[in-house]
Amino acid sequence: MNWKNILNVAMKSILRNRMRSLLTMLGIIIGVAAVIVMVAIGKGAQAQIEDQIGTLGTNVIIAFPNASRAGGVSQGAGSNGGRFTLDDVDKIEKNATQLAGVSPVIRSGVQAIGGSGNWSTSIYGVSPSYLDIRQWPLASGEFFTDREIRSRSKVCVIGKTVVDNLFPNQDPVGQEIRLRNVPFKVIGVLTQKGQNAAGADQDDAILAPSTTVLDRLSGGRFIQQLMASAASPAQMTQAQEEMRGLLRESHRLQPGEDDDFVIRNQTEIAEAAQQTTQVLTLLLASIAGVSLVVGGIGIMNIMLVSVTERTREIGIRMAIGARGSDVLTQFLVESVVLGLCGGIIGILTGVGVAQLVQAVSDLHTKIDPSIVILSFIFSGAVGVFFGFYPARKAAALNPIEALRYE
Amino acid sequence: MNSVIKTSGIRKVYSSGDVEVVALATIDLTIEPGEFVAIMGSSGSGKSTLMNILGCLDYPTSGEYFLDGVKVNGLGRNELADIRNTKIGFVFQGFNLLPRTSAVENVELPLFYNRTRTEKDSDIRKLAEEALNRVGLGGRIHHEPSQLSGGQQQRVAIARALVNRPALILADEPTGNLDSRTSVEVLALFQELNEQGITVILVTHEPDIAEYTKRVIEMRDGSVLKDEPVAERRNAAADLAARSSVTGRE
Ligand SMILES: Nc1ncnc2c1ncn2[C@@H]1O[C@H](COP(=O)(O)OP(=O)(O)OP(=O)(O)O)[C@@H](O)[C@H]1O
Ligand SMILES: [Mg+2]
Repeated sequence: MNWKNILNVAMKSILRNRMRSLLTMLGIIIGVAAVIVMVAIGKGAQAQIEDQIGTLGTNVIIAFPNASRAGGVSQGAGSNGGRFTLDDVDKIEKNATQLAGVSPVIRSGVQAIGGSGNWSTSIYGVSPSYLDIRQWPLASGEFFTDREIRSRSKVCVIGKTVVDNLFPNQDPVGQEIRLRNVPFKVIGVLTQKGQNAAGADQDDAILAPSTTVLDRLSGGRFIQQLMASAASPAQMTQAQEEMRGLLRESHRLQPGEDDDFVIRNQTEIAEAAQQTTQVLTLLLASIAGVSLVVGGIGIMNIMLVSVTERTREIGIRMAIGARGSDVLTQFLVESVVLGLCGGIIGILTGVGVAQLVQAVSDLHTKIDPSIVILSFIFSGAVGVFFGFYPARKAAALNPIEALRYE
Repeated sequence: MNSVIKTSGIRKVYSSGDVEVVALATIDLTIEPGEFVAIMGSSGSGKSTLMNILGCLDYPTSGEYFLDGVKVNGLGRNELADIRNTKIGFVFQGFNLLPRTSAVENVELPLFYNRTRTEKDSDIRKLAEEALNRVGLGGRIHHEPSQLSGGQQQRVAIARALVNRPALILADEPTGNLDSRTSVEVLALFQELNEQGITVILVTHEPDIAEYTKRVIEMRDGSVLKDEPVAERRNAAADLAARSSVTGRE
């Protein structure tokens, strides 16, 4: 038997029972479509998170006070209970060799009044190197310098969302806003940054000198976070270790004593965020995989029916010289064609549904070509695997008994 | 030269539960190349059973069968399949054409399964058409069995049996469903093939038909009752010509 003929016979038999073939393929179609959509959503979410983590800055290292240790019994003599102070920032600034910059982050919720109304937002006390660490250019105006830090100037730089709400149709630079009755002069406007990995609007922010915020707004609150950036991606680990060492020194921790802070770099943060989506993707994909197997059982079922129905045909073929292997190939090709057709329809459906999801919801989807190829191969393999038993049953028929079959 | 068929002590016993049906009791038969044999006998006398065994479709319960000098008992399934494909052309009692498959595609089938074929795949269609022309069905090659009359289906089955140029043709009641004129046409075809050197064995109930062959074997209850040559052999082609002159024109 040549392949053209075998394929021809397989196609004919599949097309003869269109409805039945379609129903048979339905399991595979749903399985493949599900795999493609699930993975597309997972990959889309992952890509989105990667993008958002990219908005953090470059080579960013973040340190937080370790809340569970703060106030614990094992504090060193000079410790602030794990909290950061401007002394810590100074120490790092003076001694670090692997860091491009370091900035405290002192966040405080405020009601901003000015321009055309008022707006509730957050103020961040930071140092001049903050914009470099975050890779966050100014749209207009200028940023404050060390001079403003030293003089605790009441100046600020505002984000896009604040501009939109307070100064919709005017240039905010040079204007004044009042934060808890303290007047601040707007000296610059930040470019738009979008959402962060947690989905918060990063443009809803006012940046001001750390010293000013500590003095006038946060009511003596401690620094919630230190943000630094390594001099280069290759130096990430060393930079993190250096910063850790300097913080330990500054907190006067004894060797052997645990850190009273947590320090993470951007890669670790990204990995942690991705892990969640990966687990989810894996879970959804395995559910979809199960439905592929169910689809395969559907194929096996219908192939068994087909073998029984066509017993006489098998008998005739054998009587005129078909070997068992010819019959086996015939039925195997038929079930593989069923599987592959299901796979192709499933891929098209999956891609369509993924696009639809993207269009009607705010979920991002990303079709993974390797998953498309994999599900195509897999649906063929399902055809081989589940078609083998019926095909072998057909091949093992006795010609004379098959001919007598009514 | 080897005998085309030589059987010694072939028995076939069907046992279903306690009941044993002896379909064939000790058949010793020798058929030489170029013979044209009719097997006759009442219904249930074992004719089809014998044909199936001779056609390598079924196994005897005991006894030996040599086809063209080769011992068939003990050959594997694949070897038997190849013998059915290339050495034997089998015309079944009930045609056994593939349904929903055109005449020409039915006739092509044995060529597809032929592993010793020297013709290219692209010539298969031509060979099948030739075989159909030979049985006088050249104009209906794309008809499916359901669109053909019984006689036409019978001819498709004969064309399919011929297409691999077998040395032996086995036909189980090839004229069973045909009117007398069509029967003679089919017999003319067998006579022509036989003249070309092909050994033909056919089963028939009708003594008229047997008169066109060279040797008649009569069976009863699974045994050979009578085995004798045909004294006055009729010529199917001549009979056909005579009939047309009686009816005037054809
Ligand atoms: N598969 C079978 N199982 C049991 N008995 C069978 C089977 N096939 C045939 N027989 C029996 O074997 C005997 C011979 O059957 P066979 O078909 O050879 O007869 P036949 O001469 O071809 O008859 P007919 O002229 O009606 O075609 C019959 O008695 C039949 O009942
Ligand atoms: Mg019979």
